[in-house]
Amino acid sequence: MTTQGWLEIALYLATVTGLALALGLYLAQVFQGKPTWATPAAAPVERLIFRLAGVDPAQEQHWTHYAGSVLAFTLVGILLLYGLMRVQDWLPLNPDGQAAVAPDLAFNTAVSFATNTNWQNYGGESAMSYFTQMAGLTVQNFQSAAAGLAVAVAVARGFARRSTRSVGNFWVDLVRAVLYLLLPASVIFALFLVGQGVPQTLGGAVVATGLDGVTQSIARGPVASQEAIKLLGTNGGGFFNVNSAHPFENPTPLANFAEMVALLVIPASLVVMFGRMVGDLRQGFALYAAMGVLLLAGLAVCYGAEAAGNPALTHLGIAPGGSLEGKEVRFGVVESVLFAVATTVTSCGAVNAMHDSFTALGGLVPLVNMMLGEVVFGGVGSGLYGMLVFVLVTVFIAGLMVGRTPEYLGKKIEAREIKLAVLSLLFFPLSVLGLSALSLVLPDGVASVGAPGPHGLSEAVYAYASATANNGSAFAGYNGNTLYANSLLGLAMLVGRFSVIIPVLAIAGALAAKKTIPPSAGTFPTHGILFVVLLVAVVLVVGGLTFFPVLALGPVAEHLAQASGRLF
Amino acid sequence: MLQALIPATRLLLVLTVLCGIAYPLVVTGVAQLVFPHQARGSLIVQDDRVVGSELIGRSFVGPGWFHSRPSATAPAPYNAAASGASNAAPTRRAFIDEVKARIEGLRAENPDAAGPVPVELVTASGSGLDPDLTPAGALFQVPRIAKLRGIGAEQLRGLVAEFTEGRTLGLFGQPRVKVLRLNLELDKRWPLPK
Repeated sequence: MTTQGWLEIALYLATVTGLALALGLYLAQVFQGKPTWATPAAAPVERLIFRLAGVDPAQEQHWTHYAGSVLAFTLVGILLLYGLMRVQDWLPLNPDGQAAVAPDLAFNTAVSFATNTNWQNYGGESAMSYFTQMAGLTVQNFQSAAAGLAVAVAVARGFARRSTRSVGNFWVDLVRAVLYLLLPASVIFALFLVGQGVPQTLGGAVVATGLDGVTQSIARGPVASQEAIKLLGTNGGGFFNVNSAHPFENPTPLANFAEMVALLVIPASLVVMFGRMVGDLRQGFALYAAMGVLLLAGLAVCYGAEAAGNPALTHLGIAPGGSLEGKEVRFGVVESVLFAVATTVTSCGAVNAMHDSFTALGGLVPLVNMMLGEVVFGGVGSGLYGMLVFVLVTVFIAGLMVGRTPEYLGKKIEAREIKLAVLSLLFFPLSVLGLSALSLVLPDGVASVGAPGPHGLSEAVYAYASATANNGSAFAGYNGNTLYANSLLGLAMLVGRFSVIIPVLAIAGALAAKKTIPPSAGTFPTHGILFVVLLVAVVLVVGGLTFFPVLALGPVAEHLAQASGRLF
Repeated sequence: MLQALIPATRLLLVLTVLCGIAYPLVVTGVAQLVFPHQARGSLIVQDDRVVGSELIGRSFVGPGWFHSRPSATAPAPYNAAASGASNAAPTRRAFIDEVKARIEGLRAENPDAAGPVPVELVTASGSGLDPDLTPAGALFQVPRIAKLRGIGAEQLRGLVAEFTEGRTLGLFGQPRVKVLRLNLELDKRWPLPK
């Protein structure tokens, strides 16, 4: 670990926090329907879109209709994307002649992009036409992020409103998320990336003939436009197989820094937006502090492990400086670690280094980040509503300790809300552990495991944790492109997405219908340090302890083996 | 949910045109105007021939050139049409044995090289297309190349220093040398004896 490394980390967190403050306040304006500087340009486009889509923006929705709209929109998104991939060889913009995508892979990919997971069982440059990348994958990058953001806004309204039956209009929230945030931000970010060296062309692969006469076919494409939303939308689905490790996706250290900021800034800003929407910014800052503590803890462990390097390699008499297997020279250890932590606390899943080749403890951190349920900033929208589930459980436990009905933001938290919160928390480990266990027993599942020893277990658990948490990063030695894994991973993504969205919208509906009660002397304050500590503890206990046994058998066992010089 | 399918479909089609066709095409248009070189892949052209991309690494096999890092792309190293990494587990015996073999190979190729073997010369990159070496990784190879090209090691070290990019703004990234650029310059200044 170096001073330069920590300095960059500090600058990173300061940049994200500064931008998140400004963006959070702006987004609160947007979703409360107040005018902003973008309104004069965006409002006419918005009206045109509503007219073309046949949507009445004034019509408020009950939470069941809101949830139904999310489901319907995701379903048609999956179907359209699946269809595009299956017939891409008949469609235009296919200069490299990609064939139609096989049905199981197309199913997995369509679900993956529509649920904001972006797990990829294919290499983009050798499987997807430019048309699929643009009109299929890029579109779902926008829509899945916008849908997540919309749900988070609806949940924030649930807390902010009183005695009403509606939580907003999904179509309006979705379109605003695209027009006021994702699209303009993507245009600017994409052009910045092109300036740094990310290609943006409709021309096909180019053949270069080197000094030695050897030819090299260099894949290109409309990369920057997809790259921008891939990070801003915490999607993480790369244009190329190796994602942001590819020099065309992430050519310079400056581009890398900007990509890391982009993938964290919107989830971070939503916490600020939440504070503003419920009328007490301190509530947002408390959540921000809890998330920040969890992020820093993981970062310290991962950085320490990777900077120390792989003992099996350091014994061979090579220069110190950490292992660079699966890492790029231009990023080195610190920027690979920071990217790995940022991409797994958020549900982004883009990678600039291969997590599978991290040291045992270095690889444990991304895995644990996902196992906490992607609530440490988390995905666009999903991080905030996921964290609010933990908040409800925390105030419930605090209430039990003192024997009072728990309250949060002036709303009584009663049996129905707690049941729904626990329901959403239970599906997650059930999917991760259940499907991992199944895949480690059935021969079809075992066939996907790439590494011998405890690392093989880590690979399988990582895959199902990543899919269920809608992250999408991988221990990529695990071969997900089999009929079995494509199907089961697709199932895990759907379970992970909707087992949280439906209960939290139900909670939002229930809360919106309640009266607001003024705080009394017995109200547990939810903006202080005590609350932050309790919240962090609940996240760690619920998320961490559930998975402790499997972590002990996987990365921890591997770490002990590594320390004693044992190989597999 | 069923009654929502109609607005969902209509909205998706509208947003597909906006985000999936208009947005990438507008970005392409502006990018081609403002950054034509980068937008087309930062290609290096010499004598009307594309010799590579500034950003994409490639193999150099002969002993007279600086060698790039090991690459795990399939079926051959530095396949820029299918990027890939080894994804080797840190405790995998086959991986450690491979690194040992690379160290022995490097030592045999560079008998006059001083100091420990730089890490990146014996580990495969994340992309399989890493265009860079650390300055140490390039300097390690200097004695071999200087001998073959019949020039002083000092001159060659000067070339490496000249082509070393520092940290951006003194903070971001790692000091590094682009192997393709270095080799192009090498051939220009001190052609290989026939």
